[in-house]
Amino acid sequence: MSEATQLREQEEFREYCRRWLEENRPAPPSTTLPQAAYEVTYEDHRNYLVDWQAKCYEAGLIATDVAREYGGHGHRNFQAIASAEVRRANVPYFLNWIGLGMTAPTLLVHGTEEQKKRFLPPIFTAAEIWCQGFSEPGAGSDLVSLQTSAVKDGDNWIINGSKVWTSLGALASWMLLLARTDKNDKYNGITYFMAPMDQPGVTVRPIHKMTGECGFNEVFLENVIIPDHLRVDAVGAGWKVAMSTLTSERGAAAGVGAVASSESPMGAIHQLIELAKRTRRNGRAVWDDPVWRDRIMKIYERTEAAVQNGRRARISSLNGGAMRIPLQGKVVGSEIGQEMHQIALGVLGQRSSLYVHDKHAEEDGRWALGYMNTYTGTISGGSSEIQRNILGERVLGLPKTK
Amino acid sequence: MTQPRDFGFSEEIQMLKRDVQRFLEERQPITGLRASLAGTEDPHRGNVRGGWFDREAWAAMQELGWHLLAVPESAGGVGMGLVAAAAVQEEIGRAACPTPLTSTLQATFVLREAGAETALAKIAAGTSMSLALYSQDGSLEAEDTEVVADGDRLTGTAWFVQDAQKSDGFIVAARAAGGVGLYYVDASAVTVAPDRIVDLTRDQGCIELKGAVAEVIAAPGSAGDVLARALPALLTLVAADIAGAAEWQLQTTAEYAKVREQFDRPIGFFQAVKHPIVNMMIAADETRSLMYNAAAAYDHDPADALRCARLAKSSASDTAEFCANRSTQLHGGIGFTWEADVQIWHKRQMHSQFLFGDGAWQRARLAEQF
Repeated sequence: MSEATQLREQEEFREYCRRWLEENRPAPPSTTLPQAAYEVTYEDHRNYLVDWQAKCYEAGLIATDVAREYGGHGHRNFQAIASAEVRRANVPYFLNWIGLGMTAPTLLVHGTEEQKKRFLPPIFTAAEIWCQGFSEPGAGSDLVSLQTSAVKDGDNWIINGSKVWTSLGALASWMLLLARTDKNDKYNGITYFMAPMDQPGVTVRPIHKMTGECGFNEVFLENVIIPDHLRVDAVGAGWKVAMSTLTSERGAAAGVGAVASSESPMGAIHQLIELAKRTRRNGRAVWDDPVWRDRIMKIYERTEAAVQNGRRARISSLNGGAMRIPLQGKVVGSEIGQEMHQIALGVLGQRSSLYVHDKHAEEDGRWALGYMNTYTGTISGGSSEIQRNILGERVLGLPKTK
Repeated sequence: MTQPRDFGFSEEIQMLKRDVQRFLEERQPITGLRASLAGTEDPHRGNVRGGWFDREAWAAMQELGWHLLAVPESAGGVGMGLVAAAAVQEEIGRAACPTPLTSTLQATFVLREAGAETALAKIAAGTSMSLALYSQDGSLEAEDTEVVADGDRLTGTAWFVQDAQKSDGFIVAARAAGGVGLYYVDASAVTVAPDRIVDLTRDQGCIELKGAVAEVIAAPGSAGDVLARALPALLTLVAADIAGAAEWQLQTTAEYAKVREQFDRPIGFFQAVKHPIVNMMIAADETRSLMYNAAAAYDHDPADALRCARLAKSSASDTAEFCANRSTQLHGGIGFTWEADVQIWHKRQMHSQFLFGDGAWQRARLAEQF
């Protein structure tokens, strides 16, 4: 296919996505959705979001570039367009963001044919929701020290241990599970499993975050049985597989269409500017104060830089190495989001004290709530400190911290 | 109009960029610069530095056609855009290369916006040029010029002229009866009073004009419009220089952190060193992406060019300050010496940070759009 033909087809597909999203935008649910997919807790929200994701899958906005035999739509270079249009349209996020963003990319690389055919289609339709069982009470940033054990018993594995910070744990039917199969080999003693959540020995308990929401859970695993065919890749290859999953989580892979939050960063910047214009202090709009203007314009500049980084990442002669820009995405994006919210609270001044459901709160307390939720971005999936280790070591070749 | 997704970075421009990089690696301009500086270290001795540049390298660059790559074909040039010019400038910044090419590329875009074919033809023929636009208080506004035009004669002083000792001619903003216009003046018609400056890789000075013979480039009254159209290109070119220099600072500091050992380990092992180096990379990458975006906007989407250029220079100025700061700090005592190369790039960044307005200035102007 010539480049011109390809470009034309991509433009047509973009037009199609835009039109479809405009015509099929769902009516809002009866109660307000949380700000992002990882905070969804309640059944009514689950049902609403499952319907929406299934519809988007049918329309071709999810699994756009995945082969048909695995339930995908079999296009090439269309997913990035679909995902960009979904973000742009400001429609609800996709509930199964872990399945789309982590399970699917992992299985596409490491899964067997049977695993891909069995597990990928219900990920795309949200018929099966996924959660992630990596972190443990004693293994956060130092993930490789995880202790949950898997002991071979005939054709099965017996799992014992506990996982924590498990988003969607209460709603998920499957968990991506890292478990230790060899106590004497730190890195090569970890194996990667797909664990069914609905079985004896699995106990899920909600954890309330500092926001008061209970977006994540602790999961206790007591003599849980996992058949060997639910193992991903070789025994002892779990760390390697997990690194590829985390790479997907960090935005390296275009993935299969995970969109976990319905707000685009640039959209939030414009809302911040509007907020500063309508918020008055001592008789003046905050926007007229050069100190706040400078802070807002700086975060605007960095947000545009993140967009342009994404553009540059696709041009091999300009990106300084395939992983250099993608590995920055998570740490930079989460820190920009956090600072943006800090600025918004500063703009609101004393009014930033008003929280969700206070009748005088600005936009129902979204900035205070959103600010606290930004720590999800800066801590989970490898904290910003761990990200900087990875960037220093893998991209710049600095000596390994550990 | 919309920009091309690849920033308009054609195969041809990629090759050009690689050629410039290779050329400057071979020439090692800093070696020659250091020789020219011998004995001029102590500022209290009041030594004026000579505006040294590698004349053979400049001649070679002209043979390769880099001075005319942004000159329109109608004036004898190659007719490439800002994406190509910024790619070249990025490499010049990476090498911290003293060269009249830097100011000549800037002058080229002012002349293009003025439609000054004759002056552009001079550049194509090998004349180096620099902009003489600043007032004493550092204003770039045409209306603030301190030079007066009487027919084809200019009188007054232009300040902060870049590459003042290297240039064959100058583009001067001057007030005539009909308003401020732009003029070309030959270097032989003016007195150059060099400034004593921090940056060792550039030279700067005042241009003193006493009835200097001039040619009109932009008619009286039109200088403001011409400069406003050229400003995105000027900001982008400085941002490109900063992006290249920041990448050098990043790589040099990372390499040093791998070999310098303290407490029985390379210092790059320690997160207090590792993380700031990563922050240098993050800053450099943000600037570089915004700079390519600005160059592509100037070439393909002029209506958005000024916004993109201000974003790029806003980022670049802050990156210049940050990467310079960390490069010296993380080199420790050696980074603080005259012998260390990091001081050369540090000072170039200090200069670039404020050239055509620092980050806070760009952001104040950006905010006015909302």
